[in-house]
Amino acid sequence: MANLKRRVWMVALLLVCSAAAWAQERFIVMASTTSTEQSGLFAHLLPAFKAASGIDIRVVALGTGQALDAARRGDADVVFVHDQPAEEKFVAEGFGLKRLPVMYNDFVLIGPKADPAGVKGKDIVAALAKLAGQGTPFISRGDKSGTHAAELRYWKMASIDVTTAPYKGYQSCGCGMGPALNIASSSNAYALADRGTWLNFKNRGELAVLVEGDARLFNQYGVMVVNPAKHPHVKVALAQTFADWVVSPAGQAAIADYKIGGEQLFFGNAK
Amino acid sequence: MGGGFADSLRAAWVLVTGWDVRLAEIVALSLGVSASACALAAGLGMAGGAWLAVARFRGQRLIVAALNTLLGLPSVVVGLVVYLLLSRAGPLGTWGILFTPRAMVVAQTILVLPVVAALTRQLIADAWRGNGEQLRSMGASALASAALLLLHERLALVTVLLTAFGRAISEVGAVMIVGGNIEGVTRVMTTAIALETSKGDLPLALGLGLVLLACVGAINAAIALAQRQQGAHVQALGK
Amino acid sequence: MGHEGTPVVPMGTGRRPWGAHMSVALVSLQGAAVRFGAVTALADVHFTLQAGERVALVGANGSGKTTLLRVLHGQLAHEGTRRAQTDAAGREPAQAMVFQRPFLLRLSVWNNLMVALWLAAVPRAERAERATLALARVGLADQRDRPARVLSGGQQQRLALARAWAVHPRLLFLDEPTASLDPGAKREVEQLIAGFAQEGMAVVMSTHNLGQAKRLATRVVYLEGGRVIVDLPTAAFFNQPLPEPAASFVKGELGWPT
Repeated sequence: MANLKRRVWMVALLLVCSAAAWAQERFIVMASTTSTEQSGLFAHLLPAFKAASGIDIRVVALGTGQALDAARRGDADVVFVHDQPAEEKFVAEGFGLKRLPVMYNDFVLIGPKADPAGVKGKDIVAALAKLAGQGTPFISRGDKSGTHAAELRYWKMASIDVTTAPYKGYQSCGCGMGPALNIASSSNAYALADRGTWLNFKNRGELAVLVEGDARLFNQYGVMVVNPAKHPHVKVALAQTFADWVVSPAGQAAIADYKIGGEQLFFGNAK
Repeated sequence: MGGGFADSLRAAWVLVTGWDVRLAEIVALSLGVSASACALAAGLGMAGGAWLAVARFRGQRLIVAALNTLLGLPSVVVGLVVYLLLSRAGPLGTWGILFTPRAMVVAQTILVLPVVAALTRQLIADAWRGNGEQLRSMGASALASAALLLLHERLALVTVLLTAFGRAISEVGAVMIVGGNIEGVTRVMTTAIALETSKGDLPLALGLGLVLLACVGAINAAIALAQRQQGAHVQALGK
Repeated sequence: MGHEGTPVVPMGTGRRPWGAHMSVALVSLQGAAVRFGAVTALADVHFTLQAGERVALVGANGSGKTTLLRVLHGQLAHEGTRRAQTDAAGREPAQAMVFQRPFLLRLSVWNNLMVALWLAAVPRAERAERATLALARVGLADQRDRPARVLSGGQQQRLALARAWAVHPRLLFLDEPTASLDPGAKREVEQLIAGFAQEGMAVVMSTHNLGQAKRLATRVVYLEGGRVIVDLPTAAFFNQPLPEPAASFVKGELGWPT
């Protein structure tokens, strides 16, 4: 009995040590969005960055709102999201150093292949107006994410109020892009998605891309280093290395390089 | 749906036989974090639970009720609270352990501590009902009684630990929030399953789920085997 | 010699002046009473135990035998006065209690003894010797390393007695120690109790078995409804006419209390 007890304690101790120990490498924490991570971009981009600089990036994928909040709290060193108004506010509040535009991808309107609402085409605002007019089921992320913010902008352009008096088919799930698509897939509803997540999404059911190519659907990404004046512990040098790299020709080339099924997802537009 | 399940079994089989290095990392981290949390919770929880069972003091029933309430603590709530504590903006921010495995161990320890304490308390209280008078007659203090009854019930305590371990390794809310599901650093089985589900890769998610079940099952079996060897002759005689 | 000890949890009235005899009373009760809510377990009990006595408590179930034992042992809060002989440091003499079912820990026979010796604060150096002697005394030396719970009922009770003996008690309390045993084991246990008494232990034992009382006791106390009805030396108890309902009890006509 004593023997077994001793063995169990040793194993427990080993596990504690192994769980607690991790390599003391050069790393920074990047707060980004779930849609960016799920597009698979980071799996492609970050190894290239590590090869160039030797720095590891630990990506915490949250909604845009959450990501910015985490950075405000000082829990991240660099922020990489796609909601320009929110980002500019972040810098104006003093939490971020300069905002650098990095790349854009686009949103697409997803819906059942048969398109019962007849929205197929190139005009997102007209499409949303048709959906609301017919009371067609639509799944909104409702989670303060960049995608959600964009979606709300388009409804506003169509002069449709979905916040205080949403039409009957409008459903808000408060969830990420993938779960929202899951719901749309199982209930044959419409949804606004970023192309990256859609291309990687495997549970499509009857869904297909119905509206794309509208210039208003472009989704701009920006990178910001968290301001050390607010949070002295931030690894400014390392974070700045990343920001500088991603807007440099090397970083922009790596972004352009990322393709799913031969199709380029993100288009670098750093100045 | 049946086809989907078959896909999952296939996905699980491919995962395990392929012995993906990343899968191994994820499994090892899951086991390490949850085992550490249980080890930490065991010490404090068993001592506290046993003492609570044998000591007599005012407000005891209130504490027991509070403890039993904490049994139902949702893991997201624990995750949120620990996040706020460990955030750089929070009181323990200087520890700098947010988004690392250590934070996950902290969160899971807090989560399973009530489980260990409440179950131990129940166990020891029952043992106390039988043995308490004899122990007191022999001059045992509350502390000595608690220690002796813990020793007396050691086999049952293993089951308590297993219950706590099951709770820890299957939870996702706490480790997701305080760990951040960072690939290669804080991604564990449950957060990986959540991620694959949200990416729509349901067969892979379910496959991972089956791997998780298999791990827990293997541990249970190992413990049961060890228990059988230790207590075989006693169990056999039904005492 | 002994001097008056301090009362244990004196509650309420019922204190009577201590009696005239000032001999070697190990423990004595004056007006002891115990109430569990509406139930009176013990009422107005005066009881004295001298060194060398062997007292049998008899009576139906629920008559207060177990309660009286626990009060004498100092394990139960009660009304009235309990005085016990104490040494210069104010400590009571060593006591031990054996129950109908022996409560043994899931440890070996040897370790059960060790625990008892540890709890009794016996110096570490003496423990092994005392344990060995105790096991030999009750005839369990060959069972030393076996798990205590695999022993037979009789063996377990003998272990409980060994556990008691090892702390060298001056008072030994037993609550129906042979009620669950077969005749052979019963005899062994009775012999051990008799032997302990001969070594100088004062014994207070509750029993259903009047034959056992006759065999082992110097004094028999009959309880009913929490009160001491009869308290006589053994010979007198069994040969003298007794008041009802004690007489019926002895004649074996008394059933369970309603």
